[in-house]
Amino acid sequence: MISEQLVDLSRLQFAATAMYHFLFVPLTLGMVWLLVIMESVYVMTGKVIWKDMTRFWGKLFGINFALGVTTGITLEFQFGTNWAYYSHYVGDIFGAPLAIEGLMAFFLESTMIGLFFFGWDRLSKTQHLLVTLLMAVGTNLSALWILIANGWMQNPVGAEFSYLTMRMEMTDFWAVVFNPDAQAKFVHTVSAGYVTGAMFVLSISSWYLLKRRDVEFAKRSFRVAAAFGLASVLSVIVLGDESGYTVGEAQQTKMAALEAMWETKPAPAGLTLVASINEAEQKNNWEVEIPWVMGLIGTRSISKEIPGIHDIKAKNRLRIQEGIIAVNALEALRANRDDTVAKQVFERHKADLGFGLLLKKYVNDVNAATPDIIDRAVNDTVPRVTPMFWAFRAMVGLGFAMLVLFGLAFWSTLKMTCMEKPWLLKTALWMLPAPWIACELGWFVAEYGRQPWTIYGVLPTHLSVSTLSVNSLYGSLAGFIGFYTVLLVVEMYLMVKFARMGPGSLGTGRYEHETPLHA
Amino acid sequence: MMDYSTLKIIWWLLVGVLLIGFAIMDGHDMGVGTLLPFVGRNDVERRVVINTVGPHWDGNQVWFITGGGAIFAAWPLVYATAFSGFYWAMLVVLWALFFRPVGFDYRSKIHNATWRSTWDWGLFIGGSVPPLIFGVAFGNLLQGVPFQFDAYLVSTYSGNFWQLLNPFALLAGVVSSAMITMQGGAYLAHRTEGVIQERTIKAATGAAWLMVAAFVGAGFWLQSIEGYRITSTIDMNALPDPLSKTVVREAGAWMRNYTQQPLLWLLPGLAVAGALVTSLLLRLRYTLSAFVTSSLALVGVIGTAGASLFPFVMPSSSMPNASLTVWDSASSQLTLSLMFWATVIFMPLIIGYTSWAYSVMRGKVTAAYIRENDHAAY
Repeated sequence: MISEQLVDLSRLQFAATAMYHFLFVPLTLGMVWLLVIMESVYVMTGKVIWKDMTRFWGKLFGINFALGVTTGITLEFQFGTNWAYYSHYVGDIFGAPLAIEGLMAFFLESTMIGLFFFGWDRLSKTQHLLVTLLMAVGTNLSALWILIANGWMQNPVGAEFSYLTMRMEMTDFWAVVFNPDAQAKFVHTVSAGYVTGAMFVLSISSWYLLKRRDVEFAKRSFRVAAAFGLASVLSVIVLGDESGYTVGEAQQTKMAALEAMWETKPAPAGLTLVASINEAEQKNNWEVEIPWVMGLIGTRSISKEIPGIHDIKAKNRLRIQEGIIAVNALEALRANRDDTVAKQVFERHKADLGFGLLLKKYVNDVNAATPDIIDRAVNDTVPRVTPMFWAFRAMVGLGFAMLVLFGLAFWSTLKMTCMEKPWLLKTALWMLPAPWIACELGWFVAEYGRQPWTIYGVLPTHLSVSTLSVNSLYGSLAGFIGFYTVLLVVEMYLMVKFARMGPGSLGTGRYEHETPLHA
Repeated sequence: MMDYSTLKIIWWLLVGVLLIGFAIMDGHDMGVGTLLPFVGRNDVERRVVINTVGPHWDGNQVWFITGGGAIFAAWPLVYATAFSGFYWAMLVVLWALFFRPVGFDYRSKIHNATWRSTWDWGLFIGGSVPPLIFGVAFGNLLQGVPFQFDAYLVSTYSGNFWQLLNPFALLAGVVSSAMITMQGGAYLAHRTEGVIQERTIKAATGAAWLMVAAFVGAGFWLQSIEGYRITSTIDMNALPDPLSKTVVREAGAWMRNYTQQPLLWLLPGLAVAGALVTSLLLRLRYTLSAFVTSSLALVGVIGTAGASLFPFVMPSSSMPNASLTVWDSASSQLTLSLMFWATVIFMPLIIGYTSWAYSVMRGKVTAAYIRENDHAAY
């Protein structure tokens, strides 16, 4: 049996490296469009300040992008190095969007970024704008394919298990691409990235405005960021992930956990604002509820029920019992591929195979599962409620706080009064970390909320790992922590340095604090 | 949809194409990184060297990433078994690659000699370590790798990192390092002039000769190494099941394909001739042609390794029957077909816009260029 320590360390390493990667991705996703907007204004008006804006914010974009690339390779490697059985079991489906991402998106983005930085004097204005635009398109297509892959982990459509090859095989590519889960995720995630890019530019511009330096440059940047940020934050909230929660059981389970909804509530369910969660007794000591709202958000109807945790677990218990039959039939078939009786049994029960495999966390032979072990497996099928509940609320809270900020910032730029409101500029500066925290919380809710599965209902997390030694994991984890700490220090140092230097770092002679590069 | 066996062979070829594309494109960046501390003796010279690949290294690195993704999609079991089996080797490659994006982008943003020289050596590590390890990995594939499968096809690897560093594998590592250095040298010679170009040509011709010597040496050695041969009949159209065949180990098995298809000798011939002609062309300062012949030598070397192994992809030394072959490690017919069309559509586009990027940035990178673009250049 696979040691629990190995599974925990593998999860920790993946979570740490994935969340670290996502410090850089959202900023790339958002800033690239701000660069497109700024450069478009330059091409249309011919005003050189807009070119300088594109170049200066592009410089910061580049510092961020370098670490996005660095840490992205880790993730592609890691499916193979640490999640070998996962890679084998679902590579037929999961590998395809990753490969297509490379071919369709990442090549485009990475080739164009070189021309973006080096092509200013060699390309015409329009050609350069086209390069920036293609870079943005590539970046966002890249997110699309990655989220198609991730969406499939939450809602594994268009695929079927084959006992002959001992893996999931694709049956319908378009079902995988148009997975409603993936589409909702894509819109939500890229919009969150746009908010991050907007907040970055808004905060740093606010700092220049507070210091009354490079005012013309900063005011324009502030205005673009405020407008783009407002549109994006509305998109995150309105087209939010919630619309995806109606599809697939993974999302229903997540919804129940993050709403701390132990019992199925009659439709339309109320939205729990805060609650005192009692995980041991599986209930809430008290809760504050707004009637109707949750049913409306979650199901887009007033008559559909949202299942509670107790009902989900009761259903999963039946599926685990069916799953035991499926696992037995599968093992008979693996011993003898022509066992026709086993084949018939397997075909009838294979939908629950994954649930049977959940028991392998505790016993090698699923028939040896005692009622106590089955209870534990049933309890595993819903993630812990407390972290889900509060992480989700913190994310949503930050989202609304940013909505207010971008709303006020947009209003003030319309009125041309942003300079007169230092409190607004200060708030914008201090809220700089907000989108990052919200993004990380969002991923936590999405991925922790899918546990105990890597592929919901198909492959349990504990079976997905590579059969490595625990020491190898300690070693690699230590290595990642070491490298990533140094890289983060270096990146932050450069980012702060160039943000402080401001547009003067371009060396054009048009800005304040114009200093030679080595200052 | 094409039949399954055809698709399996097409994907063997396409993985080869991606590896070759990686070696030609990302390889020349890595070769430049390897040469950087030696052919650039002061800051401006090093910036010249770095800026020859500055606008392109990022796009070129995607050959590597897409290659990995394609192996994941087309040969999931190979991807899973190789990456987890070669755990530490893969981590060393990964960590070496960490130095590249930050090395390129951050190095010249600060005017400090220690800072810059640290990143120069970082770029050297990022350029020299991955090709060495890939060569060592191929050297190990040719000897077989100790892994086995259980009935659930869970793979277990029973070797360790140090066993990978055996003499034959290290020789294969030399072949790989030398060929990537030659490739980087040919490119760098084309994009530079004067003293940097002189030093580069010297280094690249040395690398070409070293590659030829190591490659020929490894070729003779290969004849006495125990190769692998399938002894059961194979249904090429069958669903992949790596446990359904029998395999034996025998000395000289890797020469069988060459005996049966003498035309395959063109591949090692191309490797040797390509490298020798490259060294000649470099001396005559036909740098662009040298880049082409060096690339052809890469096709020869990688082709030779692939042709020796075929139909094996990853032979198992501890459970030969579990060896992964072209026939039993592929993904489903639908996925192979889909990925084939994705490649057919996007590969020409990629080659098209990459060529455009190179043509926009064409010409020699000079010290004057660096001084004029002090704030913008790497």
